[in-house]
Amino acid sequence: MSEQYLLEMKGISKSFPGVKALKNVSLQLKAGEVHALLGENGAGKSTLIKVLGGIYHAEEGEIYIDGQKKDIDGVVAARAAGVSIVHQELVLVPYMTVAENIFLGREMGGKFNIDRRKMSQEAQKLLDTYEMNIDADTLVEHLTIAQQQMVEIVKAISFQSKILVMDEPTSSISDKEVGFLFETMRTLTKKGVGIIYISHKMSELEQICDRVTVMRDGETVGTRVVKESSKDELIALMVGRELTNYYTRDYLEPGEVILKCDHISDGKMAKDASFELRKGEIIGFAGLVGAGRSETMKAIFGLAPNMTGDVYVEGKKVQIKSPIDAMKYGITLVPESRKEEGLYRVMSVRFNSTIEVLGDFIRHLHVNSAKERQITQKYIDMMATKTPSQEQIIGNLSGGNQQKVMIGRWLATNPKILILDEPTRGVDVGAKAEIYAIMNELVKQGMSIIMISSELPEILNMSDRVYVMCDGQVTGCLGHEEATQERIMQLAAK
Amino acid sequence: MNRLKSTNPVVKYLKDNIGIIIALVAMCIFLVAFPTTRSTFMTGKNIFNILRQNASNLFLATGMTMVIILGGIDLSVGTVIALSGCVAAGITTAMGGETAGAQAIAAVAGFAACIVVGGLVGMFNGLVISKTEIPPFIVTLASMNITKGIALVYTNGAPIRCMTDAFKFPGAGYVGPIPVPVILMLIVFVIAVLIVNRTHLGRHIYAVGGNAQAAKFSGINVEKVKFLVYTYTGIMAGIAGMVVASRLYSGQPTAGDGAEMDAIAAVVVGGTSMSGGSGRLGGTLIGVLIIGVLNNGLNLLGVDSNWQYIVKGLVILLAVYVDFLRNKKAGR
Repeated sequence: MSEQYLLEMKGISKSFPGVKALKNVSLQLKAGEVHALLGENGAGKSTLIKVLGGIYHAEEGEIYIDGQKKDIDGVVAARAAGVSIVHQELVLVPYMTVAENIFLGREMGGKFNIDRRKMSQEAQKLLDTYEMNIDADTLVEHLTIAQQQMVEIVKAISFQSKILVMDEPTSSISDKEVGFLFETMRTLTKKGVGIIYISHKMSELEQICDRVTVMRDGETVGTRVVKESSKDELIALMVGRELTNYYTRDYLEPGEVILKCDHISDGKMAKDASFELRKGEIIGFAGLVGAGRSETMKAIFGLAPNMTGDVYVEGKKVQIKSPIDAMKYGITLVPESRKEEGLYRVMSVRFNSTIEVLGDFIRHLHVNSAKERQITQKYIDMMATKTPSQEQIIGNLSGGNQQKVMIGRWLATNPKILILDEPTRGVDVGAKAEIYAIMNELVKQGMSIIMISSELPEILNMSDRVYVMCDGQVTGCLGHEEATQERIMQLAAK
Repeated sequence: MNRLKSTNPVVKYLKDNIGIIIALVAMCIFLVAFPTTRSTFMTGKNIFNILRQNASNLFLATGMTMVIILGGIDLSVGTVIALSGCVAAGITTAMGGETAGAQAIAAVAGFAACIVVGGLVGMFNGLVISKTEIPPFIVTLASMNITKGIALVYTNGAPIRCMTDAFKFPGAGYVGPIPVPVILMLIVFVIAVLIVNRTHLGRHIYAVGGNAQAAKFSGINVEKVKFLVYTYTGIMAGIAGMVVASRLYSGQPTAGDGAEMDAIAAVVVGGTSMSGGSGRLGGTLIGVLIIGVLNNGLNLLGVDSNWQYIVKGLVILLAVYVDFLRNKKAGR
């Protein structure tokens, strides 16, 4: 089977009212390979996957699986053709066991007497085959996100799929868990499964992918062998221009200490964390998921009722009991999880931009709409947010643009200290580079930034100093010059 | 861009609510055209009648709109009508008074008690809902039963009659040609619109309803917002209780039975989403009118009162479904 592809999508086109989402797209997947699908948000990756998964029907184009033409006209047909998709958003039922989730909708036994034991055994067998250390009888709500991801994958595989699509599976799991996920993927490919892998993380490509197809504006712009192509080349293909400076950072001499935190604890995940931040610097917080970084920052932001420890702003000891207090002292936090902690999804960009500065334009039963627009526009311009209008419902924007609105919202409060928790999660490369440039600009103007990130390249390239946390404590602080991936990992896994 | 959209508030209002406005107008045209109702429907007397009868529903619905935007529900408003009305009648009768002046003082004391009773129930709801994780549906289901029980215990199950002119004023009185409840309706509606559209609290209601977790990160005092909104709704129910008791010349422990459902129906027909985070008071006003005209029309047409429930249920479903289709088309 020299040129026999496992999957071949040829000349796929798909339009939505007003937009041509896919234009003559082609994709070839070999058996046993991990094939990356790369592209900025809105490039058409998701649409292509939905065509393959039978959720959308393409107007033009053909799909061949094992050389045979398939008419995938629905989810059932896709499954029958051997295609399984692990979606970015987990869709497991939390109050059911792992086994029940895996066999949801095709329970074993009779209609009125489900054979729980058999299901549990079968599920355990599957889990063990892929060396997943998960008990089939655990409730899904007790699993970590990564474990849930694994269960999703097992569920997908249990349909005897030959083609597995994974949509950003690593966006919310730690490095260690990523390693585990990759192991599982390798086991699968050895068995001849072809995997289509969607991710924004370039570093993962080299680790796990064999070939990569890049999409831009609804078209395929090229397929490359990963080993033979450089990261810059791929990025250039993706954004359609040379991104000369992906990371923008001018290291200046920082000023005096503006924030000092001693022995911060929230009674749970954060245990005795101490650090300082100087004026005009970016400090990075590295560590594994669960190290207590976000929790420490939330405590400082007044979101932990049982917080202990001392916080000094510009040398003065302060009591922060709520985010309102924190903002009063010039501290703001852009949360980690846009969807759960940031967005008002059904509301407009304008509502989302101004919710924290209502005092600037609503006074004595009078709304100064002009002022409101002006504030909104200021941060749309500053962040270079792409939105058709201020009235646009924010849920309809791409992840990158949503994130820009979020950052703008908290910048509008005029902070002295900006805490960014995973500022580029789920954000495409172009927007990432823009966010980095803005961060650089802000510290040049005298703001101080704390950045929590699980992406080491981001930490290494943007931070004046890197604090590493492990098990709720700060285990080390590395200067910009001395920080390396290895040293950070050593401190993170102490 | 879409400049037309925002420049003229009237145009925007019509555009936002076009579906239900058409429904309302269609109903009115039907009633004007239909032979048996032609002579009775479009009379000033009947129109004021509709408004007067639905004033209490508007009071409830303004509060309910805020509660539902907040992502909650308040089932206790109906029984607050009963309890506050009984308390008002009880106090007014107890204070008695021979002269018109003394009677007026007694009535004012009774009506003040109405508002206090409503406010207290609302504060209770708000406190429990904001301080615990118990869902609003359960909390207000409980307080609905409690208030109903208190009303029955207080009155021993029998209405308290109160026939003084002062007591009749807010529900059955007139200022010139205009019924007092209609004036109250206007005042309440304007206050609600000001709260929702022109205060920090208004924005905060949308924020908490849209994403309570995010609201916390935005520095919004979520508990306070919930407390205030439920308290406001309780007070509105108290005012509704005052108007209803006054119209009936008595405090009745069964008054306001099912009124919470009419209020919810008006809010939903008005285009407010039950999942919270979005909704419009302007729509609620039309929703109240649709339900009012529907009731009135069915009565004028002589439809059997048992059948009226069935028709009302179907109309509510239809109205919401049409609105749903329209929003889907608009891609919201």
